[in-house]
Amino acid sequence: MMARTLFPRDLFAELDRLQRGMQQRIDMTPSIRGLGRDGFPAINVGGTPQSVELYAFAPGVDPASLDVQVEKGVLTIAGERKPDTPQPDAKATPHIEERFAGRFRRVVSLPDDVDAAAIEARYRNGVLHISIPRQQAAQSRRIQIQSGDQP
Amino acid sequence: MNDTVAKQAEAAMIPPVDVFEDAAGITLYADLPGVPKDKLDLQLEADTLTIEGEVALDVPEGMDATHAEVGLPRYRRSFTLSRELDTGKVSAEFNHGVLKLRIPKAEHAQPRKIEIKVA
Repeated sequence: MMARTLFPRDLFAELDRLQRGMQQRIDMTPSIRGLGRDGFPAINVGGTPQSVELYAFAPGVDPASLDVQVEKGVLTIAGERKPDTPQPDAKATPHIEERFAGRFRRVVSLPDDVDAAAIEARYRNGVLHISIPRQQAAQSRRIQIQSGDQP
Repeated sequence: MNDTVAKQAEAAMIPPVDVFEDAAGITLYADLPGVPKDKLDLQLEADTLTIEGEVALDVPEGMDATHAEVGLPRYRRSFTLSRELDTGKVSAEFNHGVLKLRIPKAEHAQPRKIEIKVA
């Protein structure tokens, strides 16, 4: 599966290309907002019959700088993470720099049955947990079956 | 012992880190979101530093995951330290899911200006 590349000796670029190709095959439903991977913050979403639960893994963010908005069924999480780079006068040498720094924004479309007015957000241990209840009317109810037999 | 072996075998995510070195030592930052303080484990064994943390989220009962970018409940990463670092004086802070480690250099390894003699 080795493709003809401009610089055939660049093995790492080739590995990266192969990995992304495989990732695209695994993600069967590519989103219009991109692959949705490797973004900051990473997001996990889950649901119960009563609510939609969203976890954004955003460590080291000042909770006051986090902005969560819901508009037209779309949830936006935005904020800024300040870099931890040492002061220039410390004469420090960076050896590894992998952590994200800067402004971020991620967008998630919500299901139709949520009650956006009752959204709750908490920031704990570097994870922003957003809980959105589903509308009462949309929750499944058990329907009592009345007996038609005459006593 | 068996416990440690079992733990090592469990799949874990590799947390992203930043490492900076200055004249007095090394500073390491690691992103471990979702790990509470009591589930963070730092180990120094000979010249190997291992950072390990277990993710604990408040998940309501009966939740079905629909989309997961963080797929494993554990982080693990190891580093080999060099001899000039003083492993006895490592200090750690853990705030909002970010671990900050400071590893100072041993006294004898602190920088000295070398005089150049001109003949």
